[in-house]
Amino acid sequence: MPEIRVTPLGAGQDVGRSCILVSIGGKNVMLDCGMHMGFSDDRRFPDFSYITRNGRLTDFLDCVIISHFHLDHCGALPYFSEMVGYDGPIYMTQPTQAICPILLEDYRKIAVDKKGEANFFTSQMIKDCMKKVVAVHLHQTVQVDDELEIKAYYAGHVLGAAMFQIKVGSESVVYTGDYNMTPDRHLGAAWIDKCRPNLLITESTYATTIRDSKRCRERDFLKKVHETVERGGKVLIPVFALGRAQELCILLETFWERMDLKAPIYFSTGLTEKANHYYKLFIPWTNQKIRKTFVQRNMFEFKHIKAFDRAFADSPGPMVVFATPGMLHAGQSLQIFRKWAGSERNMVIMPGYCVQGTVGHKILSGQRKLEMEGRQVLEVKMQVEYMSFSAHADAKGIMQLVGQAEPENVLLVHGEAKKMEFLKQKIEQEFRVSCYMPANGETVTLSTSPSIPVGISLGLLKREMAQGLLPDAKKPRLLHGTLIMKDSNFRLVSSEQALKELGLSEHQLRFTCRVHLHDTRKEQETALRVYSHLKSVLKDHCVQHLPDGSVTVESILIQAAAHSEDPSTKVLLVSWTYQDEELGSYLTSLLKKGLPQAS
Amino acid sequence: MKLYCLSGHPTLPCNVLKFKSTTIMLDCGLDMTSTLNFLPLPLVQSPRLSNLPGWSLKDGNAFLDKELKECSGHVFVDSVPEFCLPETELIDLSTVDVILISNYHCMMALPYITEHTGFTGTVYATEPTVQIGRLLMEELVNFIERVPKAQSASLWKNKDTQRLLPSPLKDAVEVSTWRRCYTMQEVNSALSKIQLVGYSQKIELFGAVQVTPLSSGYALGSSNWIIQSHYEKVSYVSGSSLLTTHPQPMDQASLKNSDVLILTGLTQIPTANPDGMVGEFCSNLALTVRNGGNVLVPCYPSGVIYDLLECLYQYIDSAGLSSIPFYFISPVANSSLEFSQIFAEWLCHNKQTKVYLPEPPFPHAELIQTNKLKHYPSIHGDFSNDFRQPCVVFTGHPSLRFGDVVHFMELWGKSSLNTVIFTEPDFSYLEALAPYQPLAMKCIYCPIDTRLNFIQVSKLLKEVQPLHVVCPEQYTQPPPAQSHRVDLMIDCQPPAMSYRRAEVLALPFRRRYEKIEIMPELADSLVPMEIKPGISLATVSAVLHTKDNKHVLQPPPRPAQPTGGKKRKRPSDDIPDCKVLKPLLSGSIPVEQFVQTLEKHGFSDIKVEDTAKGHIVLLQEAETLIQIEEDSTHIICDNDEVLRVRLRDLVLKFLQKF
Repeated sequence: MPEIRVTPLGAGQDVGRSCILVSIGGKNVMLDCGMHMGFSDDRRFPDFSYITRNGRLTDFLDCVIISHFHLDHCGALPYFSEMVGYDGPIYMTQPTQAICPILLEDYRKIAVDKKGEANFFTSQMIKDCMKKVVAVHLHQTVQVDDELEIKAYYAGHVLGAAMFQIKVGSESVVYTGDYNMTPDRHLGAAWIDKCRPNLLITESTYATTIRDSKRCRERDFLKKVHETVERGGKVLIPVFALGRAQELCILLETFWERMDLKAPIYFSTGLTEKANHYYKLFIPWTNQKIRKTFVQRNMFEFKHIKAFDRAFADSPGPMVVFATPGMLHAGQSLQIFRKWAGSERNMVIMPGYCVQGTVGHKILSGQRKLEMEGRQVLEVKMQVEYMSFSAHADAKGIMQLVGQAEPENVLLVHGEAKKMEFLKQKIEQEFRVSCYMPANGETVTLSTSPSIPVGISLGLLKREMAQGLLPDAKKPRLLHGTLIMKDSNFRLVSSEQALKELGLSEHQLRFTCRVHLHDTRKEQETALRVYSHLKSVLKDHCVQHLPDGSVTVESILIQAAAHSEDPSTKVLLVSWTYQDEELGSYLTSLLKKGLPQAS
Repeated sequence: MKLYCLSGHPTLPCNVLKFKSTTIMLDCGLDMTSTLNFLPLPLVQSPRLSNLPGWSLKDGNAFLDKELKECSGHVFVDSVPEFCLPETELIDLSTVDVILISNYHCMMALPYITEHTGFTGTVYATEPTVQIGRLLMEELVNFIERVPKAQSASLWKNKDTQRLLPSPLKDAVEVSTWRRCYTMQEVNSALSKIQLVGYSQKIELFGAVQVTPLSSGYALGSSNWIIQSHYEKVSYVSGSSLLTTHPQPMDQASLKNSDVLILTGLTQIPTANPDGMVGEFCSNLALTVRNGGNVLVPCYPSGVIYDLLECLYQYIDSAGLSSIPFYFISPVANSSLEFSQIFAEWLCHNKQTKVYLPEPPFPHAELIQTNKLKHYPSIHGDFSNDFRQPCVVFTGHPSLRFGDVVHFMELWGKSSLNTVIFTEPDFSYLEALAPYQPLAMKCIYCPIDTRLNFIQVSKLLKEVQPLHVVCPEQYTQPPPAQSHRVDLMIDCQPPAMSYRRAEVLALPFRRRYEKIEIMPELADSLVPMEIKPGISLATVSAVLHTKDNKHVLQPPPRPAQPTGGKKRKRPSDDIPDCKVLKPLLSGSIPVEQFVQTLEKHGFSDIKVEDTAKGHIVLLQEAETLIQIEEDSTHIICDNDEVLRVRLRDLVLKFLQKF
């Protein structure tokens, strides 16, 4: 029995280091290759030794697919391909291919230059790794080899984020990566057709959340920023350089313009301008409104938002600063946070999910005394706000996607176990499909029963279809044919054609039964009586009386003859071929009962 | 399978393919050469044009002098220009299921088809094709609508009148069906029926046919199409290029193994080498400007202009032209330049890698930044303030019948210092210039047509090896002006089938197989038996289900349990359905073994007689006779059903069922 096997190496009942192995139709595919923000030891990367202990990864994996450029989905890629060693193809969309190496380099710098880690991947390794990347366009069917094909769908999570369909023959798996079902200010909504995969692997970050309307959230956010700025406070918004940053920039830019506000807005790191440039070049990946109006006004050219300089953090007066990274686990956002945390006039707004172990996660869970490096304790007096602006689907969105794709099974990743449990029940109830939520290293096996495609001769098919259209086709009709199997070529043809093709001749099997009837009349009259009797019984059949005195029912021949010894007995010779077996047998038993008396 | 040919223009095709149960229109080209018969539409009142003399017949009859004007021996229609539409009568266009567009030049007739024929289907095209196609249509509508013309001439179209006119008016085809330009509203409505597709995307049509666009290398987003079922494949090649310009290279490999390859959109100037033409373009441009003259380049707002600007970007500094202003004037100039920069994934590899830096893929961004290239929606407004001479102007329309180009022709035509350089191959430059004669300005003809030439075609055909080639009749003979050049035609075996406007071709292939799926439960129940080495057979009796053109075979239902005695049994219930087919039999019966088998099953008193063709086995006691021949067996017995069935089953043991 063919089967599909799925093993998460990361993101199984967890958020971080997404990495899922899928075996389908004899092909092995690795979905995402991420790092974990909550760890800085071995656990930050997936355990690739699970795939093979001594062989080469290239021999075991047919391809690697990266869903989007966030580091928890691609952060381990150079380690995987250059340090562990993989030379096969790596598929991702073009924006991901453009932005991913920049984020990897950024990540490397923080790890090596700032934290002084040894044995980390190098800049050259990032470059070499990216040489193995093949760009995939939306909806393009990419033939990885003769049997394995993949197709990308729009996911709307960040620029270039995609969901992937992996298909071998008639079996398929869809992996969503991270996605968003509601269009926002710069991206469109995720979309997939009714592709009915055997398995849908979906993220479940917000498995239990149903978010209020986006408008309310935006209004809330603007109100909080506005109030803080009005009272002279500073607002810190930790973000990742690409993604939510652009969304919130557009939001603040339009608000500043409308309210004619003067407080400065800054965006940290040199990445920004470059980042915005990517957005300008990849306009087809943004939402409809931006695509329509970009010629008149490119939304990614900001008037109010300026580059941040480290010295600005100490300047007096109100300001809003977007700083990276988004979970306050390192870098500039953490530095500014430390400077501003002491004043209750200031505010930090966390616009997205924070992984366990990060400062972001700690302050969101209410911790107000943080132990920093060097046993320093930082007291957090500034206001801490959380607003979910991450572009993940909420519970409603996940259900919506499941409804769109109509999978036979669902598997949850990229979420917390407790929340998954809830969503799993909901999916099983609503869609009556099995739902799985394996932990890391745990394998889910689904057996599939694919149907077998064969070629049917058009003559046979047309004959059957024409008969299927007849009005008396209430009973299911049986199609009869011969399947010729030669190598891997399967053809279904009519029996006659099969015989002909194989150079065989038909063997005709014929039966002739003698039925004795008591009838004193002449043979011709007996035949006539037989004819009228059969005609009245077999209304749906073609009964004929031929000039030579014989009677036919369809292709069955009945002749009357005199008995050689008994003149008052007539012998009916009923003759039919094996193909008319049922009818012939029926006729003999019918005639045996005798003919009705002529009235 | 049939092909309805609605356009006679080989580079602006419009064909309808009937394949399986689908009706597919391939391209929607609009023949605009008809506009060459009309007078230009000047942006500013032109005394020269309005004072042209009316034309009268040889006998002095001047009833047409309001409609026809004469200029330097040529006669022009003084009216709103009109276009020659594809045939609309050959096939009921409301039955067209889908329209496949291959490039933005081949969709200009779309609003006529989608808005006025009862068409209710879907149009498929790539995103650059749609966006740039929209720009081309917008420009066209704008050019024509901004100079409203009161007169719409129709008298000359009368068949009897047309016969009396001089060439080329006399020979113009189907003038009664010529139509004025569509409106922006019609354009928007037509474009709203388009569904965007990507290269190598497999699109299912009604479960019967799959269509796939492939990169054709000719323009941004240009595609060839594969139309296939599981057993048949038609390739539609339209406007392809093997030259390395800005678009993604042509995908040739996917065209392999086609039953039929429909070939359209070859180069219109097979004798010109595009690279050489670009060189000539640059040197003529430089020469004119150095002598203090102006250069006019009539062009479309997208396409070759990107390549010309790129060449100039590399050329102007070395040629000492850095102080010369370049103007690009079109209502869609800005949009075209902006759009060209955002379609990275549709560009050639070199340009794609630029966006990773991130840098705009085309260098015209830099030309604009450094103020060397300026663009304006029209000659009115800002342009009139910035205008400096000598300069280079890129503007439309290449037919010279409407658009800002008309103004520059009038403005610069009188001076021999100026040059007009024709780069677009769609219009004969001599005909385009006819209403401006006499002309003092220099005219240079540098047609740049990057589409396939005949050498490339024959190489391509050798490589992809289609069973049959279908093409417009123009490609099956040398060009009329160069009848000795037998190399300028398609050479393939078997010879290409040719079509002309309003013709219906029956395409030469027979469909023989269709895909069907055997459900796993049914497959499990099949018993294959090896007939010859490597060939196995299994008889299949199954229920056929057909839904959305997909066929599935399911296991036969289990015989229904007799339904209790409640219902009165009707006699007809017993009558077997003669439509239940029994398998065919094959093989032969070895008499000796058969007799042994009979004996084993308790028959005695068996007698075997030889006959001419075989044997007769007599069961004397049962008064039964079995005739056995090579290909037949005949059991003749009394009406003893039990006996007959026993004998039948014994015979069947020796035979194979099919």
